[in-house]
Amino acid sequence: MKGSTLLSSDPTNLIITGVGGQGNVLASRMIGEMLSQMGLHVTIGETFGASQRGGSVMSHLRVSSESSFSPQIPKGRAHIVVSLEPAEAVRVLKEYGNPEVRVICNSRPIHPIGVISGEQTYPSMEDLKKWIGSLSSEAWFIDATEAAIRLGNPVLGNIVSVGALAGTKILPLDRASLAAVLERKMSPDKVRVNLTAFDIGVTMIHSQ
Amino acid sequence: MLDLWEAAKGTRHLLMGNEAIARGAMEAGVSVAAGYPGTPSSEIIENLARASGERNIYVEWSVNEKVALEVAAAASYSGLRSLAVMKQVGMNVASDFLLHLSQYGTRGGMVLVSCEDPGALSSTNEGESRPYAKMMEFPLVEPGDFQEAKDMTAWAFNLSEEIRNVVMLRSVTRLSHASGNVVLGELPEIRAKADFKHHGSMVDPMEGPIVNLPATLQVLHNRQQERLRAASAVFEKSPFNVYEGPERPELLVITSSACTLYCREAVRLLGAQERAGILKLGTTWPLPPGLMEKHLSRTDRILIVEEVLPFLEDNVLALAAVLSPKIGIKTFHGKLDRSIPMTNELNPDVVISALSRILDIKYQAVPDSYRKKAAEIGPLGAPPRALTFCPGCPHRASFWSIHNALQRDNRKGFVCGDIGCYSLAAGASGFDTLKTLHSMGSGTGLASGFGKLASFGMDRPVLSVCGDSTFFHAVLPALVNAIHNRSDIILLVLDNSGTAMTGFQAHPGLKANAMNQTVPAVDIPEVCRAMGVAVEVRDPFDLEETEKTLLEMMQRRNGVNVLVLRQICALSPEKKGRKRFEVKVNEKVCLGETCGCNRLCTRVFKCPGLIWNKGENTARIDEVICAGCGVCASICPAHAIEKREAAS
Repeated sequence: MKGSTLLSSDPTNLIITGVGGQGNVLASRMIGEMLSQMGLHVTIGETFGASQRGGSVMSHLRVSSESSFSPQIPKGRAHIVVSLEPAEAVRVLKEYGNPEVRVICNSRPIHPIGVISGEQTYPSMEDLKKWIGSLSSEAWFIDATEAAIRLGNPVLGNIVSVGALAGTKILPLDRASLAAVLERKMSPDKVRVNLTAFDIGVTMIHSQ
Repeated sequence: MLDLWEAAKGTRHLLMGNEAIARGAMEAGVSVAAGYPGTPSSEIIENLARASGERNIYVEWSVNEKVALEVAAAASYSGLRSLAVMKQVGMNVASDFLLHLSQYGTRGGMVLVSCEDPGALSSTNEGESRPYAKMMEFPLVEPGDFQEAKDMTAWAFNLSEEIRNVVMLRSVTRLSHASGNVVLGELPEIRAKADFKHHGSMVDPMEGPIVNLPATLQVLHNRQQERLRAASAVFEKSPFNVYEGPERPELLVITSSACTLYCREAVRLLGAQERAGILKLGTTWPLPPGLMEKHLSRTDRILIVEEVLPFLEDNVLALAAVLSPKIGIKTFHGKLDRSIPMTNELNPDVVISALSRILDIKYQAVPDSYRKKAAEIGPLGAPPRALTFCPGCPHRASFWSIHNALQRDNRKGFVCGDIGCYSLAAGASGFDTLKTLHSMGSGTGLASGFGKLASFGMDRPVLSVCGDSTFFHAVLPALVNAIHNRSDIILLVLDNSGTAMTGFQAHPGLKANAMNQTVPAVDIPEVCRAMGVAVEVRDPFDLEETEKTLLEMMQRRNGVNVLVLRQICALSPEKKGRKRFEVKVNEKVCLGETCGCNRLCTRVFKCPGLIWNKGENTARIDEVICAGCGVCASICPAHAIEKREAAS
């Protein structure tokens, strides 16, 4: 299977964003490995360090049939944004969005420390949805964290979101390739719960 | 994660730059690897440590970077291939030994990897270490993508053995912590044998004693320069120096490292492939003059793109001046004419903007209407996320007590800090407690100095903080200094049982080493007591006891006192995901705005696990974020926050 037929644009630029501790880096690695094992060239750019300390965390994925690309996507050039946190979707769109970008957004907010202390306010969900809608060509809002809590671990919200991304069919991601990636490193019961989370994500898109 | 020691030749994998460097070292048959943890370098040693059994590599987290370089050098002197790994600031620590290492030269292939952090994504500076290669006269190579990160590492060992000196490989965050596809090479058979030969003459490079003395200096220095010329000759034909573009471009872009990817993207997005050519240099010191003459002759306009300071630019300009009778007068763009900024990391957009100016090409990523819509949302659409201590972090509790003790003492005492997660205590999440922040261990050195200023009228309590790993790395000499010179200071060791900030690497205070073997742990309180100072150990989660102990120490004023605050990091593998306490706010007890505490828990303590529920006028615990440390239960004056032992 050769890459170019799998991608609507080459490179396809995906941003996964969220807050430190949400499993953003792991999600980007999973997606990267799923695409890489199909023979595509994947470049992932991410910042660690601040990743566990309440900061915004962004992973840039470039998917190409030709070569590695800059690990930083140029401004205004994202094709897809997967946001594990709604305000982070707005932050990313303002810098990397364009009229064609499509967005998958987990609707559970994580309040910045300035909001917790009362120095800042967190936007209303209505405003966030309005802004995200106006800055994208298509936006899906999903309750990934709630679904993950029902599965017993809120951090699985990242895999639910990967499932949702697969459900949009914008990138060639499927259950079998995720299973192959997971089975390399996880115990069978962990693989099972991760695949369930993935399935839930896929269904969330199909039912919208 | 891929088991790097198993994956077969010819297979293609998605590897992080640091994984690619580790695999490259394995393909070169490295026998000894040593480093000190530091973002973005740590995964190189971690991956080699994972492979240590299968590949028969001795891997250690050394006490600091200078010792790491010395440990690696001992292997080279014994004929083995060795690797030393550090981040940019570690190069400064290692530099004293590095000067002497390079002057004498090496035996077994020796590679020094420096992972740098342009833009200071995970550092307190964006310092450079490339100038060390020039200053201390050894070759410098810089991979431009993930495949090269592996290939150049393996090749650097050959180069080192060919010229008999250390070779520096420089990476940056956007390579080390980025990932790309890499085709693997072969892993050699393991058959290294160590033997340190020292019976030859003083200047015998392979069999003499390895000593740097005034008497032999000129012999050694001349030999060092010959080796650099030999490297330059190799670089003339290196496949890692690549030109792509038209035979006679309008503009020649000279670049290296991650900037290569930015330059390619910029040329492509501007559609300037017919006008601009890119010379990607993998060997950046010494610059090979023949190769440079050939490419500089292509055109009269040249743009140099690099991070951070104009190292490559300065060297190209110097060479161009020498070559000018042959290549003619050129117009150079880069840092010096401000085409490229002198600070911060670069990205494709910075290069696009330089190229679009120089080549006069219009570029607009998104339509004005979209930009306008985005701007209308304003900055509050995505409220800023200040970094903060994690939920359940012992440092938040420690600094709560330190801050309160200083307030209660009321003599304007202050705290000198250094590098670690606890650096965040310079800001609101650590109650603005740190008043100085420099390099590893510097808080204690500064405290030692501040503690001697009483005779000049500055008679205030002086405290310093350090982590457990930092204590061994650079605090020990400063502590000895303070003790010996009778400086009145309190050293707080925030012992969270690991090099937590960089991912729980081993350090001398722990019972397991990098390869997970059992080793003797050096006990911090015992070390301090042996040096004759008073030491107390407390659990920082016990706020009352911690504050009381610290206040007593501040009142003693009898030289150095040490307080070890011991509590495992909330993210450590043994603690992560396990809540000790179920924490709840009893909404009937929480008095909200009428309490008089002025929302102490959320406004001041500010743990991310706490939420202020405006509608209900009470605090609330976010059960998804709360780590169950239970500390907030001790700060609530109304006792509205309740904790009970969680079922295990």
